[in-house]
Amino acid sequence: MSDLPDHSITARDVNLWYGKFQALRDVTLNIKHGLITSLIGPSGCGKTTLLRCFNRVNERYGYVTTKGEIHLLGKNIYDPDVSLIELRKSVGMVFQRPNPLPLSIYENVVFGLRVHAEGEALRRSALDEAVEKALTEVNLWHDLKDRLDHKAIGLQLEQQQKLCIARLLPLKPEIILMDEPCSALDVEGTAAIEELMFSLKGRYTLVIVTHNMAQARRASDECIFMLLGKMIEHSRTEDLFLAPSDPKTAEYIEGRYG
Amino acid sequence: MNALPASSRFTETPAVRRKLRQEALAKWIFCAMAAAMVVPLLLIVGYLVVRAAPSLNLEFLLEVPKRGMTEGGIWPALIGTLYLVFISLAVSAPIGILAAVYLNEYARDNWFNRVINLAVINLAGVPSIVHALFGLGAFVYAARFGYSIISASLTLAIMTLPVIIASTREALASVPRSFREACWNVGATRWQTIKAIVLPNSISGILTGVILQVSRAAGETAPVMFTGVVFFKSVERGDLLPYYLNEQCMALSMHLYTISTQVPGVQPSIPFATAVVLLALVVIVNATAISLRVYLRSRKKW
Repeated sequence: MSDLPDHSITARDVNLWYGKFQALRDVTLNIKHGLITSLIGPSGCGKTTLLRCFNRVNERYGYVTTKGEIHLLGKNIYDPDVSLIELRKSVGMVFQRPNPLPLSIYENVVFGLRVHAEGEALRRSALDEAVEKALTEVNLWHDLKDRLDHKAIGLQLEQQQKLCIARLLPLKPEIILMDEPCSALDVEGTAAIEELMFSLKGRYTLVIVTHNMAQARRASDECIFMLLGKMIEHSRTEDLFLAPSDPKTAEYIEGRYG
Repeated sequence: MNALPASSRFTETPAVRRKLRQEALAKWIFCAMAAAMVVPLLLIVGYLVVRAAPSLNLEFLLEVPKRGMTEGGIWPALIGTLYLVFISLAVSAPIGILAAVYLNEYARDNWFNRVINLAVINLAGVPSIVHALFGLGAFVYAARFGYSIISASLTLAIMTLPVIIASTREALASVPRSFREACWNVGATRWQTIKAIVLPNSISGILTGVILQVSRAAGETAPVMFTGVVFFKSVERGDLLPYYLNEQCMALSMHLYTISTQVPGVQPSIPFATAVVLLALVVIVNATAISLRVYLRSRKKW
């Protein structure tokens, strides 16, 4: 078990290279269980790279070398006995552009179960139940319950993004990673997703990458500022924005660069 | 510039007029070249159909050649071509599609896969007469299939394989990466991703690529002439299964060559009618490919 059981994610000296380019430098951090933690920093600072380390999906994007340890719920995910399939089942990701699969709404929600579950769990009644539960959790059930067989691609962007979150839930993930989940949405959509994040927090640990500092400020409990692959500062969101301890953080949140 | 009266601002100057003349000229040249491509096509098709008219009827398709191939129809050649095309694609389509799935979805960028890629590209550029010689050596002699439909079909399969691989890869690559990302991030394996998402969304492109190879396989002469197609084979009129696979057969492309150049005194409309049938076969196949693509596209949206 982890030495710090109230932390969902613990990274120790994480260094990462894309080919010869070093994208992460000695990142060490502890992300608390059940909170919303936002990763902020200018483009190219390694936020998304770090996020993708947490379910090792980086390895699907080409040649990466990762050194260091990342403990998720006490287990080092870079241990040789870690199954990427099981890891990604517990650590889901939501993307910048909603990416519902070109299937029906229903099939999108049960996709994870179809991928992982066997036998009993794939009975029609079990799937129906999972769909209702997941869509209720993301506040879509009421709107979509009569057209579950429609194409998910036809939904509004906000609904698509909620559906993408709902798609993760039947697998009972522990951690949900969000890579700029609102940047394709309008103001109302953003508000709806943020509201949804608040309702999910507690049961899930949420890590969100955002370019939008105002969003980090209003929608996260803790905030991590990154610059050029290094973690500069990690503290409670209000502390980071009101009293940043590092001058680089202060200059960034003042908008001097970025 | 202040000297310019307001009323003459934004009006044409001589320099502008010169540019517009060049623009018009450029447009006409490009347009003429595009038209130049269509004219010969219309002329060829028109000329063929006019010359073929006396022979164009159902009887011509179903009848066998008569009186030393100077009269009669083309049934044995037509059915032979269908045999060759069908068998060759039945071999090359599965191999090509599966190979393309490997190359596009699984293969990492290492020397082994680079060699495979290079092989595919080079194989696509090999002239058909070289394929013919390869087929002769490999299938007729080495594999002891003899001069037969099976040898000819396998030779055509080898010839169409690289193009099928290339077109399938293109179809697979057109499936947006975001769909794959969505699958990876719920822990789907590559095979689950391919089965559930990639193949269903690229099938129209894959099928189109395969079907377009039908016309190529039907039109080639050299590979089949070397490996299993003969001048003449005695066949019943309208017989749907006239050949065994270890026998030689007739084919439209070869038949056209034979009656145009090798047999004296052929009824003049017959070679033209044969060409029209070959052309029509190609057009029908391509039209099928296009309508299939349109139909499958209309069912998917993203």
